[in-house]
Amino acid sequence: MKLTFIKMNITDTIANELVPSRDFPSFKAGDNITVYYTIKEGDKQRTQLFKGDVLQTKGTGATETFTVRKISHSVGVERIFPLNSPLIEKIEVNKKGRVRRAKIYYLRELTGKKARIKEVKS
Amino acid sequence: MPGLIGKKIGMTSIFSEEGKNIPCTILEVGPCMVTQIKTEEIDGYNAVQLGYDDKKESRVGKAALGHFKNAKSSPLKKLVEFGSDFDEALLGVTYNADLFQEGDFVSISGTSKGKGFQGVVKRHNFRGVGDATHGQHNRLRAPGSIGAASYPARVFKGMRMAGQTGNARVKVDNLQVVKVLVEKNMVVVKGAVPGAKNSYITIEK
Repeated sequence: MKLTFIKMNITDTIANELVPSRDFPSFKAGDNITVYYTIKEGDKQRTQLFKGDVLQTKGTGATETFTVRKISHSVGVERIFPLNSPLIEKIEVNKKGRVRRAKIYYLRELTGKKARIKEVKS
Repeated sequence: MPGLIGKKIGMTSIFSEEGKNIPCTILEVGPCMVTQIKTEEIDGYNAVQLGYDDKKESRVGKAALGHFKNAKSSPLKKLVEFGSDFDEALLGVTYNADLFQEGDFVSISGTSKGKGFQGVVKRHNFRGVGDATHGQHNRLRAPGSIGAASYPARVFKGMRMAGQTGNARVKVDNLQVVKVLVEKNMVVVKGAVPGAKNSYITIEK
């Protein structure tokens, strides 16, 4: 049997200590999610929703990010969120999508009926 | 200025209280031991020599071993001189990361990553030739003219040309200390620090 020694990268160990990891439901590329994002304007605070398809998740640990794409007034809008950002209130997974890739950049080229993602039937 | 010797650990990003993402470099800083105190009478100037990073005793020459013995310190890999304005600098005293506080602005010097022999576009941010056609056979990244003709009939000193890039001592000023992890002897600063991971750096207040 091959022995594997897991030696944690010091940078990651410390980064994970400095950035507390958030507890969100798991999602991946192809899923449709809603991100509840806090916006601060002066002393006022409000929550903004961003609902769309996940194009990719990128990185690990403290620096993990994910990209959400939505069509707003027939213009594609993409937003990249740091997963562990304290400004994310919660994430809701609306649909689990069936895609064959980890990064579904091809969705950018598609519009209308072609841009639909099949839902996983559980 | 008082300073310490350390090592670059790596980069990451953390979140500020407002939720902003701050790019950070994690540095190991100290423990640094005072190995020599230079004085005006003996050495002609005042300075404090600090040592960092333990070394096997079998890898130290006899002269160096004597130097460490005088300082009551174990053999150390890296010795650096700093100015003399340390609090109670005595032989064998150890300084830790708690010399720095959150919010301090520090200067960090290190040896930048070597890029080898590079042309002027990479080395001096020359723009190269804008066109790929119109007779530009093979001079897309050429420096262009380096001077006039029969007067002055020479190339001025200091003309920026191709050559070794990187692998030089670089100092970055005004990096803000974001976090100090005293028990780990680590300091987190905002921004980038010259050099590769695990390379030695000096950090000054």
